[in-house]
Order: sequence, then structure tokens, then C-alpha cells
Amino acid sequence: MKLKKNLALSDSGFVFDPSTGDSFSTNPIGLEIIRMLKEGKTADDIKSQIIKTYMTDDVSFEKDYYDFVNMLSKHNLVEGVEKEKN
Amino acid sequence: MLKKKKINVAVTGLNAIDSPGPGVPVIRALRDSKLFDVRIIGLSYESLEPGIYMHNIVDKTYQIPLPSAGKATLLERLKYINSIEKLDVIIPNFDAELFNFIKLVDTLKKELKINVFVPTLEQFEERHKSNLPEFGKKHKIKIPKSKLIFNIKEIPALRSEFTYPVVVKGKFYDASIAYSPEQVATYFNKISAKWGLPVIIQQFLHGQEVNVTAIGDGKGNTIGAVPMRKQYITDKGKAWSGISIDDKNLMNMTRKLIKSTKWRGSMELEIIKTSEGDYYLIEINPRFPAWVYLAVGCGQNHPEALINLAMGGKVEPFKKYDIGKLFVRYSWDMIVNLDEFEKISTLGEL
Repeated sequence: MKLKKNLALSDSGFVFDPSTGDSFSTNPIGLEIIRMLKEGKTADDIKSQIIKTYMTDDVSFEKDYYDFVNMLSKHNLVEGVEKEKN
Repeated sequence: MLKKKKINVAVTGLNAIDSPGPGVPVIRALRDSKLFDVRIIGLSYESLEPGIYMHNIVDKTYQIPLPSAGKATLLERLKYINSIEKLDVIIPNFDAELFNFIKLVDTLKKELKINVFVPTLEQFEERHKSNLPEFGKKHKIKIPKSKLIFNIKEIPALRSEFTYPVVVKGKFYDASIAYSPEQVATYFNKISAKWGLPVIIQQFLHGQEVNVTAIGDGKGNTIGAVPMRKQYITDKGKAWSGISIDDKNLMNMTRKLIKSTKWRGSMELEIIKTSEGDYYLIEINPRFPAWVYLAVGCGQNHPEALINLAMGGKVEPFKKYDIGKLFVRYSWDMIVNLDEFEKISTLGEL
């Protein structure tokens, strides 16, 4: 899954999608995941990074991760959802 | 430093109210100009247009006749105003007055040396809401399915052509979403009583409304364009705040439309972007929108460019604009002395 390239992220967790004008706020772990996704890291890379840093297990991570990624997709923050026109 | 050129500019649309005219933001843009030192002459229709009383915005205001009085009456009034103010440019900001100004472009230039940079009559007419489907076909732009109706008896048959909800629109202003034939009938009566016939029925499209303020040089070139998404909408459907966005498809559509129509002057495009990523043009306003000052905030001073075009200057197209800039509108109570209200009401000047 690829996030839109032009998403603007701030350190406070404010996410701005310049193509739609939508803005969101996320917590520090959400921001960390979004940053890793923007860097092109895979779900496995992100999992190992998060498990290494925080007290969580594979099952909890995967549940929360895929919930989060679905939310990103629902809010059109994922590349390829919109077609190029003209 | 470049010395600013002193010019006198007349501007209409001083009604900075809940459904605001573009006059005040256009003037603010001109006051920010790096090229022109402007004296602003306000042209008003009613005594309570707030811009009349904003003396840091408007230097002097004159009442002008309503558009229904016709172009000859307007010309007489403009001759009087020009004899005092020596106008260089007029910027009309209302759809309803544009017809008269378009008809007077040559006369104003020849007789009074006043420049008016507005769309041609053909451009103005073909983008009318009632002509929009043909406009879309001609310029290869998607338009929502539309039909003109002249009689309430035509409403039941709409069910075979449209899927509810539909948008019921007046030929000049007003639009309401109707979810049933009964609601269409209610809006038909209300809108036709106010704006006359026909009433336009348009397929409602689910999606996001996006708007573009743009300016064309009349030769097919886009001088500037800034797209915006409304963030806060009033009950009249007006943007009370909005944000500049980065949408290449929208910019391509704008440039294509200006190239194809050879649009002359300012315009606002109202577009629905569907969840499938299709763009449907729902309206073209042949003037600046009331949110045009956002373009200035984003680095494109469209009113300044329009003045430059009007005066025959060479205008280079803007190449970029700031993305993620917001405008947030606010209301403000001014205290006005009765003698000012009296002057504009009785003498037609302030």
C-alpha cells in the first residue's frame, strides 16, 4: 500500500491532504506509521519496528495496523484511489 | 523601487453581506497591488451595501441604476461619474449587470477612455445555466444531466429521466436539492416566482464541490487559477471558509476550458468531483468570486492582473500558488452616522 506522495505531516500529528483539502489529526504512533508508510516501508518492516519499540505483540499489532490502514484508505489517503484525468 | 502607477478604478459588488458580492475582496486585492496606486470608486445599487461605509476600502461611492434600467441609463450615469472621477477601469462584479457592461465595452473605451475587461457576449451567453449542456458538448466538458422545465405539469415525468435527488435551479441564482416530485414543485414555484422561467432540473451528483477562481487573457491563455475547497458552508451555500488545494486534474480542466472558450476576464468554476474521480462542471460565474482574496493570499493577485490586462499591459501567467492556505470570513458591525446614510440615500453619492 502506498500513501499519497504529497501528504503533509507535522510533528504534532496533523495530516493535510493537499489534493482534497482534507485534514486529520493522529496520535504519535499513527504519525510514526504514516511516516514509515511514506518512506515506502512494508507492513512487515513496520511491524518489526513497532514491536521493537513498544510493548505489543504480533496479533495486537496486526489488528490495530489493519484497522488504521483501512481508515487511511477510507479517507482517500492512499495512492491510486483517484484516477488521473485528462 | 518601481513607482506605482496612479489609477482610478470603479468597482461594483460592495454588498459584503451573508451572500457576499466580490467588490470588497477585489478592492482589497487592488490595495495590495505592487503595480498600481488605486483610488477606488464604489458603484452601489442599494444604500446599505456595507462597502459604501468602509472608507479605508472605498474612497467615494456613487449609486448606479439597476440593471433593469438598461445600458443607456447606465451610460448616462457613468458619464456623470467619469466627469468627476476620470475613471481608468471599471470592474463589474455582478452577473446581472454584466450584460449592460458587455454591451458598453466599446462605447466606454471610445467615448470615455474607460477600460472594461469582461467576457464577450458570446462567452457570457453560452455559459448560462440554461445553456450549460450545449456548452459542455461544445467544449468537451462533463456536465450533469440537465433539463429546462417551464410548467409544473412537467414534474411527474422527471422520474423517468432523473434519479432523485435532483437540484432545482433558478436561471440566475438559487438552487435547492429536492428528494421528491412534491419538493420539486415547491422549489419550482418559489424559484420561478423570484427568477422567472425556465427552471433548471439537474441531476444531483454525490461528491465533493471544488471551485476555481481564474482569469483568461481572451486569447486562450490562463493568466492565473487557484482551486479551493469549501471548508465551512453557510445555509445559503456560500463558503465562509475554504482552503487552496493541489488538484492537477482541476487545473487541467480550467486551462482546457479557458483555451477552448478563449475566455476574457475573470471567472469562477463550480465543479463536483465524484468519488470515482470524475469532474462535472455545474456552473461558470463570469466574474470574480467573493473568495478571490484567497488567490491573493496564495500569491496570485488576479484583480491586479485584470487591471493590467484591461489597460493593455503585458501580463505573464502566474506559475504557482500556495497550497493549504485558508480563508476564514467574519462579520463586523460598523457604526455609521445617519448623515452618511442620508447622503447616499438622497444624493446617491458618498
